[in-house]
Amino acid sequence: MIENIELGLVDWSRAQFALTAMYHWLFVPLTLGLSFILVIMETMYVRTGSDEWKKITKFWMKLFGINFAIGVSTGLILEFEFGTNWSKYSWFVGDIFGAPLAIEGLFAFFMESTFIAVMFFGWDRVSKRFHLVSTWLVAIGASLSALWILVANAWMNNPVGMVFNPDTARNEMDSFRDVILNPVAVDKFFHTVTSGFVLASLFVIGLSAWYLLKGREREMALKSTKIAAIFGFVSSIVVIMTGDTTARTLARVQPVKFAAMEALYDGTTNAGLIILGAIGNGEEIDGFEQKEMLFKLEVPGLLSTMARGDKDAWIPGIRDLVYGNDEYGLMSVAEKMERGVVARNLLMQYRQSQEEGNSIAADEIKERFYSDEFREEYFRYFGYSWIESPGDVVPNVSIVFYSFHLMVGLGFLFLLIQALSWFFIFRGTLAEKRWFLWLSLLSIPLAYLASQLGWIVAEMGRQPWIIQDIMPVTAAVSHISTSAVQTTFWMFALLFTALLIAEVSIMRRQILNGPKIEEE
Amino acid sequence: MRSFFRSFFSFYRDGFRNMPSWGRSVWMVILVKLFIMFAILRIFFFPDLLKRNFDSDEERSRYMIEQLTEKPLV
Repeated sequence: MIENIELGLVDWSRAQFALTAMYHWLFVPLTLGLSFILVIMETMYVRTGSDEWKKITKFWMKLFGINFAIGVSTGLILEFEFGTNWSKYSWFVGDIFGAPLAIEGLFAFFMESTFIAVMFFGWDRVSKRFHLVSTWLVAIGASLSALWILVANAWMNNPVGMVFNPDTARNEMDSFRDVILNPVAVDKFFHTVTSGFVLASLFVIGLSAWYLLKGREREMALKSTKIAAIFGFVSSIVVIMTGDTTARTLARVQPVKFAAMEALYDGTTNAGLIILGAIGNGEEIDGFEQKEMLFKLEVPGLLSTMARGDKDAWIPGIRDLVYGNDEYGLMSVAEKMERGVVARNLLMQYRQSQEEGNSIAADEIKERFYSDEFREEYFRYFGYSWIESPGDVVPNVSIVFYSFHLMVGLGFLFLLIQALSWFFIFRGTLAEKRWFLWLSLLSIPLAYLASQLGWIVAEMGRQPWIIQDIMPVTAAVSHISTSAVQTTFWMFALLFTALLIAEVSIMRRQILNGPKIEEE
Repeated sequence: MRSFFRSFFSFYRDGFRNMPSWGRSVWMVILVKLFIMFAILRIFFFPDLLKRNFDSDEERSRYMIEQLTEKPLV
């Protein structure tokens, strides 16, 4: 089958999905974070009764509304693509992937949409407290929406709680608890949502800095910065903590991605975490490019500590994971390929038995598919039956390495900006620190960059898999013409760029107006 | 109950009527976006392939099993 699918189709389908997901993700993190900043600001208004707080809340709520409205439903395009470009994938996992997405659509999104009307239309129509409760529910609803999407995405990174049905060729959920409490889902939810909080805090700090640079809206800017800095600082700490737990989980469930993040080719004890480094071109050996570090500055033992909680722990490198390592009990990719072939051959035998009307043989094979032993020892490696060379399981190390380190570096810069904002506010000198105000303003695009880099690490790092170890992207793509995918790729590029321009221009006008300009 | 629905309706009606200009611009963008997504992209460019090409789940399953087992192994 793979031989019949041209690589151009796979690449264009992936590019299209990446484009739509990345554009969609430009809108989401601000919604996630700004909704909670609004909650804090409105709480201040309800507690103090101050009109200044009401005006501040309404101003940021306006920007929230623009972002929410332009971004809403852009994620649905991803679902269109599942049905057209990734129809085989959709069928193969539909029961599991569909459940969290359906819950998201029915529950979280409706809750968010219902109470957002109260947020915008209800200022003088409902009580202060009811309005505040509505703002809370919008914020919680936004995070719950993210939860279900991230549960679905986490399952692709660590498929658990399912059993393959050879009659329907679908994976069926056998434990909702395992799917929702998937360790990747838990880490991903807290890490992703709090990273959205950090982005929103920098959005508020950065725009407030712009007002201070212009000598406008001083009171609003200082009060907004104070809230955003404290909220953002706490969120950044949580992002670091959840980044740490994410690393521990990844080391266990996606060790190739974890090794690629550090460009670690040879396993070692006392593995160091690279603070700064550059990787060379390398050479292609055994079907994958094996690179060497040109230079690196690292903290010895920190990678081992992050992954295993022990600085002397052994961390496998990419070569160990590809070739296997008997000393540490690591299975080679070649062995996994053989097991994947066994699983796929069994499916073929099942099909033949059914066609021949041999129900006894078919029943026996079906029983094997449901046995724990077969699931753990063979079906778990089903996707390896499509892999042609062991080196094919190695992602693009340069992209994953640089994206990861840039994201982490920016994360620490954001923590510093939030801490300094807080410090300068406390000292009463923020408005005079023009260099810092410019840095704060610059942090807005940097926050978006870091947010996108996080997804690049997560998604590029797990290549070639669409479902880790179970299905590679090449097996998931639909047989459609490459030119059709190219056409829709450019249509999306145009549509999303137009939406982005619309958002930026409507938002820019409101920012220039500021909170003091009365609405028509 | 009727008064609840009446006030619910008037809440939305008044909200839309008194919407500021930025709100109207945003609604315009939303409507154009949804039209493009559902009336153009969904219908002409993004059919659900398995739904379109097969009549029953049984046929879809058979097709998928063929796809999953097509490649000659070992």
